[in-house]
Amino acid sequence: MSPTSHPANPERPQYLRVFLTFARNSLVRDMTFRVNFLIESVAALSWMIANLGFYLLIFTFTDSIGERTGWGQYEFFVFLATTMLVNSVVQAFFMPNAQEFSELIRTGGLDFALLKPIDTQFLISLQRVNWSSLINFVAGAILLAFSVYQLVTRADNPLHLTPAAIILYPLFVACGIAILYSLMVSLAATSIWLGRNQSLYDFWFYITNFSRYPMEIYNGTFGLPLRWFFTFIVPVLIVVNVPARVLAQPLRPDTSLGIAMGLFGIGATMFCLAASRFVFRRSLLSYRSASS
Amino acid sequence: MTALIRVKTWWTILRICLEERLVYRGDFALGTLMRFLPIVTQIFLWFAIFEAVKDARNADDISSISLSGYRYTEFVAYYLLTMLSRAFSSMPGLASGIARQIRDGEVKKYLIQPVDMLGFMLLGRIAHKVAYYSVAMGPFALVFFLCRNMFSGLPAEAATHSLTTLLAFLTSLVLGFVLGYFLEATIGLIGFWWLEVTSILFIYMLFSFFLSGHMFPLDMLPQPWSTLVDLLPLKYLAYFPSAVFLGKVSGAELVWGLTVEVLWIVFFVALSRWLYYRGIKRYSGFGG
Repeated sequence: MSPTSHPANPERPQYLRVFLTFARNSLVRDMTFRVNFLIESVAALSWMIANLGFYLLIFTFTDSIGERTGWGQYEFFVFLATTMLVNSVVQAFFMPNAQEFSELIRTGGLDFALLKPIDTQFLISLQRVNWSSLINFVAGAILLAFSVYQLVTRADNPLHLTPAAIILYPLFVACGIAILYSLMVSLAATSIWLGRNQSLYDFWFYITNFSRYPMEIYNGTFGLPLRWFFTFIVPVLIVVNVPARVLAQPLRPDTSLGIAMGLFGIGATMFCLAASRFVFRRSLLSYRSASS
Repeated sequence: MTALIRVKTWWTILRICLEERLVYRGDFALGTLMRFLPIVTQIFLWFAIFEAVKDARNADDISSISLSGYRYTEFVAYYLLTMLSRAFSSMPGLASGIARQIRDGEVKKYLIQPVDMLGFMLLGRIAHKVAYYSVAMGPFALVFFLCRNMFSGLPAEAATHSLTTLLAFLTSLVLGFVLGYFLEATIGLIGFWWLEVTSILFIYMLFSFFLSGHMFPLDMLPQPWSTLVDLLPLKYLAYFPSAVFLGKVSGAELVWGLTVEVLWIVFFVALSRWLYYRGIKRYSGFGG
């Protein structure tokens, strides 16, 4: 990098360019094993189609999920599409890196990352991109467009898309991705202390499992504590619920509850990002190189 | 005398595997409990669906509603029972392990030792399951005890009332284990031809996840899907034992179901033997 282009801070790395290089390298790597890439994409996609089949089966028995919650078939498919969008981004960008992180700690390869003149968390969490996971992003977008079209054009009680909803939806999807990213970084960071974190990934899977359904289903003596826990302590329920509601629920982003949820979502995202940053930096202090 | 030696060998193999398993028993018990977590969300989902149906039908109580012949409590019982049958029939790492041994050349040791590979690995699996149950029994008993109300009000054919059904249920669990073992071993042995079986294994897992009854009771499926799952062996891995327990399958249907299961086992035992025999013929090992 020439100092003349950055007279103010000549040492500052260009994060965007570095990231684009990572993304390109991963794409080149993926394209080297083209059949493998194709199989992985088809596999990821068929998993989603099978899931969709399960919900189609459910909606042959009922009109909505939960009593008067407003989660009818197409509203729920907006929810499902949102889940697909969020999860595909997390799986494409962060999952392969988090898995590699514990390997780097075990083998001592983290030394190299620490020595690079770039933010370690950035380097660790974006080094590899798993492009084949993005097929579900496309599938999610198609399902979303189809479901929203069905909701807008249905005869009784059609959905009115407000400009606010259209602007807020991508914003809250981004918040959801950020919350999951924070959770993943925090869990990966604990492998510095524990040495190995196989069960922590199971743990991640089990936790995010709770984010995949509308929060209204967690009701009653056992449900409400669960809902509180996964909203205020580990806010995974925010991840999909807030954006899906903004778009699919006759949920007026202008009423006080909508505003409160939205503000809480943004606040929770900020807090999670800050907390994961803190956990990551603290864990690096405890790192003892394994190789040398 | 030789029989005694053989039993001693088996016992040693079993004991080694058991001790290996019991080293991390705390972590293991916790992991078993965590495996019930996905069911928790499923139960909440079905409760919400029952509430919606109750509202739509203007019913007073969800206990009067049944979807596709399952009341709410039966749904919960069904999911708990599939956990139990999956604990018997699932074979984590078996197919990929066999394929890896073929690739790495580890298969050679079965060619020079007087040990049969499929038999040896079957013993290993039995030890694995025995060890698994000796620890997992605690968490399982706890969860089933906490949910004991879900097993009340079952029909007279259910295993809670009928000893015959209980025996049939236990038989189907054991047969599910044998079927699961030979089915996955067959997939692993394809590794003699393809070396990498990850993609077939993935397809198998996808089908088994949705069509074994792990996700939902298979008799909910409409035609033509219900005929399709009836023709596949996958339903014996999760759906069949649970349905037997709940009294959904009884009488001649039960006898027929178990017979077909045995036939599937015979088929996969024969197929895996044949694949092993043919695979060894074309296998070539190099190096040490």
